Amino acid sequence: MTNLVSVRDLKVSFRLGKHRIAEAVRGVSFDLPENATVALVGESGSGKSVSAMSIVRLLPENAIVGPESRVEFGGRNLLAEPIDSLRTIRGKDISVVFQEPMSSLNPVFTVGWQIAEVLQLHMGLSRKQVGDRVVELLTEVGIPEPKSRVDAYPHELSGGQQQRVMIAMAIACEPKLLIADEPTTALDVTVQRQILELIKRLQDRHRMSVLFISHDLGLVGEIADHVVVMRDGVVREKGRVAEIFEAPKDAYTKALLLCRPRLDVKPKRLPVIDDFMQGKPESQIVVTEPRIARAAAAAPLIEAKGLRKEYRLKTGLFARKTVEAVKDASFTLYPGRTLGVVGESGSGKTTVGMLLMRLVEATAGQVLYQGKDLLTLSDTEMMAYRRKIQIIFQNPYASLNPRFTVGQILTEPMKIHGIGDNDADRFERAAALSRRVGLAADSVYKYPHEFSGGQRQRIAIARCLTMKPDVVICDESVSALDVSVQATVLNLLLDLQDEFGMTYIFISHDLAVVKYMADDMLVMSEGAIVERGESDAIYADPQHEYTRKLLSAIPRGYAPRAQRAA
Amino acid sequence: MTTVVEAYQAASSERSAGVWVTAWRRLTNDKVGMASLAVVAGFLVMILAAAVGLLAGDWQKEVGVPDAPPSFIGPRAQATGTDPIASVIAKDAKPVDLSDIDPLAPKYKEWAERAAKIQITDPPRAETLPFGGDRLGRDIVAKVIKGAEISIFVGVFAAVLATLIGTMLGALSGYAGGRIGDFLEWVYNVFTSIPGILLIFAFAAVLGRGISTVILILGLAGWTGIYRLVRAEYMKHRTREYVRAAEAIGASHLSRMFIHILPNVSHVVLVQLSLHVVFFIKAEVILSFLGLGVRVDQVSWGTMLSEAQAELVLGHWWQLVATTVSMALFVTAFSLLTDALRDALDPKLR
Repeated sequence: MTNLVSVRDLKVSFRLGKHRIAEAVRGVSFDLPENATVALVGESGSGKSVSAMSIVRLLPENAIVGPESRVEFGGRNLLAEPIDSLRTIRGKDISVVFQEPMSSLNPVFTVGWQIAEVLQLHMGLSRKQVGDRVVELLTEVGIPEPKSRVDAYPHELSGGQQQRVMIAMAIACEPKLLIADEPTTALDVTVQRQILELIKRLQDRHRMSVLFISHDLGLVGEIADHVVVMRDGVVREKGRVAEIFEAPKDAYTKALLLCRPRLDVKPKRLPVIDDFMQGKPESQIVVTEPRIARAAAAAPLIEAKGLRKEYRLKTGLFARKTVEAVKDASFTLYPGRTLGVVGESGSGKTTVGMLLMRLVEATAGQVLYQGKDLLTLSDTEMMAYRRKIQIIFQNPYASLNPRFTVGQILTEPMKIHGIGDNDADRFERAAALSRRVGLAADSVYKYPHEFSGGQRQRIAIARCLTMKPDVVICDESVSALDVSVQATVLNLLLDLQDEFGMTYIFISHDLAVVKYMADDMLVMSEGAIVERGESDAIYADPQHEYTRKLLSAIPRGYAPRAQRAA
Repeated sequence: MTTVVEAYQAASSERSAGVWVTAWRRLTNDKVGMASLAVVAGFLVMILAAAVGLLAGDWQKEVGVPDAPPSFIGPRAQATGTDPIASVIAKDAKPVDLSDIDPLAPKYKEWAERAAKIQITDPPRAETLPFGGDRLGRDIVAKVIKGAEISIFVGVFAAVLATLIGTMLGALSGYAGGRIGDFLEWVYNVFTSIPGILLIFAFAAVLGRGISTVILILGLAGWTGIYRLVRAEYMKHRTREYVRAAEAIGASHLSRMFIHILPNVSHVVLVQLSLHVVFFIKAEVILSFLGLGVRVDQVSWGTMLSEAQAELVLGHWWQLVATTVSMALFVTAFSLLTDALRDALDPKLR
């Protein structure tokens, strides 16, 4: 098998300010064979995207590529090519699909126009030929009614359809190499599956190579032929997919494979990457002892009855349209247990959490907290209950006020609720809590931007703990975190639940994480709860059709060829 | 041991550099920004000195001859020879004795004697002044300094007033939305629907003249742009997760508005403040030029420009040049400083 592209000794650094240079990629070499899928796997900051974008030199202005680096394509070194000849390669021989389809498509042009632009630039077709080809491409990527969709604007399409249009643009000129940079990360699981199948089908048909960039090893195991594992700008391990998944040699690869929650086992703790990197033996790290859920107490802590949230949209001068974000949601929450809420985007799962806390006012329904209806309380009466239900948001970069120090962030809720005797006492408690969630001693003096995503999520957790809540709502709390960090935060949440006896509502689109965390579960679709019950039972034997569809879409990871064919 | 602790403390305090410290660091790296900061600081020191009377305290003293030219040009050429008309008159006219018909004639002698008794000491007037004099012979340099004091004072305080009004209303409108937002939008629309200069005239006609009036006029008429920007920022931030998080812990509306959100939009407010300082200095010039500005016994860059137009016809350019140069210098430096401030404070660049 000949190599289509060879990347040799790639070094990329970024100029930050006058004297600071950050090295992003430090001597990376890998090959892209013809007609094969190569996956670049790594966590954020590993340099995987930078390495891939270096192939077509789509790098920011401040990037410096090392003089010894080479990217060979058709006997030429792309890094030394003048930019004009590179333009004839970009989009024609090598094309790129980005992560966010909504921001990659230009909102003011129709999708047909945008695909046609690529064709006119590179293929020199006539207007008629271009028009036919656009429809052909839209049909190929599976857009329904392609003839009428040609004139659609990006916002008229769903996220999955937008990504299909991006793929149509990318394959318009029959490229030899398709670079897909996390093409499914922003999409729901079921849509992700469709897109993956589409890429696979197109690769077979057009006999092109695919460079697939992802942080998810499970996904990669399903579609890749070769895997390159990167960390901190260096290649940790590379090889055929079977070698990587069956006999990983590098500690980091092993760790990545093991620290994702799995669907088949539910250990007491998740393995953590740091343990692997310190070279501890695997038997010490991997806990096989299963986690046992707390028995449901007789009295429920929270009982939600017939929760409903309507949004009224103005569609015309007098016309109003009612959109139901949550339709008649009822559920019970038992103390000390974890209720998982799963669903795709737009299913209303976040709104349910907001309704419980009255961050969004419900249209109808009751939230009985130990028998008291929270939704009818006045603002002052609600204050006493505010501290009992707390929330940890998805994005730790957005949920902490950037102008507050960690000390201020942690003492503010105590001041509001009159916890602690005086400022010194509160500060002492804040420092103790920040140590408890695993932050360094001097963290209280620092600002949020000085912390990594995982550390920021720990700060958010500590902020909740200051109020000693009974219920903590985790709204996609680990979704924005890297796999390795995810495991540590999940472990921390479990430890804290044991220590403080808290009840969790765990909202996530990630079914594997919910499976690991939740004792009971709700499956939501289009604002309605379609299935509820003990989570193990639901995963083992889903009753509702939607739940089955959701569960079958989860990437299963690598399976040996024979099994795959079956 | 102590050195270790000190080193630790030093390291931690350096690492915990807040947003203001890092913004200051970025500003010090900006050469243009630092140069403009130096110029602006120079002006501020100058007007402070003028305000306490150290500098240009005697700007009203007529120290030079009227319209004294600048020293580097030299004194105006004296009229040489005799007056042509006088010589004509002297040559042909015979002395006419008017004592018969002039009833005052007998008193002339007495008056002359009395006049001789009074000593008139006319202070010597300089033929030239460092940068010339105005039509009364007042020193242009002193006038420019005193004028700067009033113009900059007016600009800064009017901008502070406008920013205060704009930020308060913008915060309220953007944060509360709904009916309050609608009402404030209506107020905003009323204000912006009146042509700006007309609005200023209307206020000026009602309030009379004086520095405080000018400040009030400019502040009351100029808050709308700031209101609009602050409102947009608040609308954006209101739904941010950190504000949601503050709501979840039970922070009050006021606390969310001013403790949580305001520091995060302060860069917008600050930049608007400095932009409006420049804008209002120019507006004060226009007002004074049109005679609606400061009182006649005061001087500002605007009144100086107003005087200069009459002088320019006679070829006395120095007052105009001195005023425009100092104004251009300050306004340019302040604008550049504003740009540098925006670059340094913009959290997106972090």
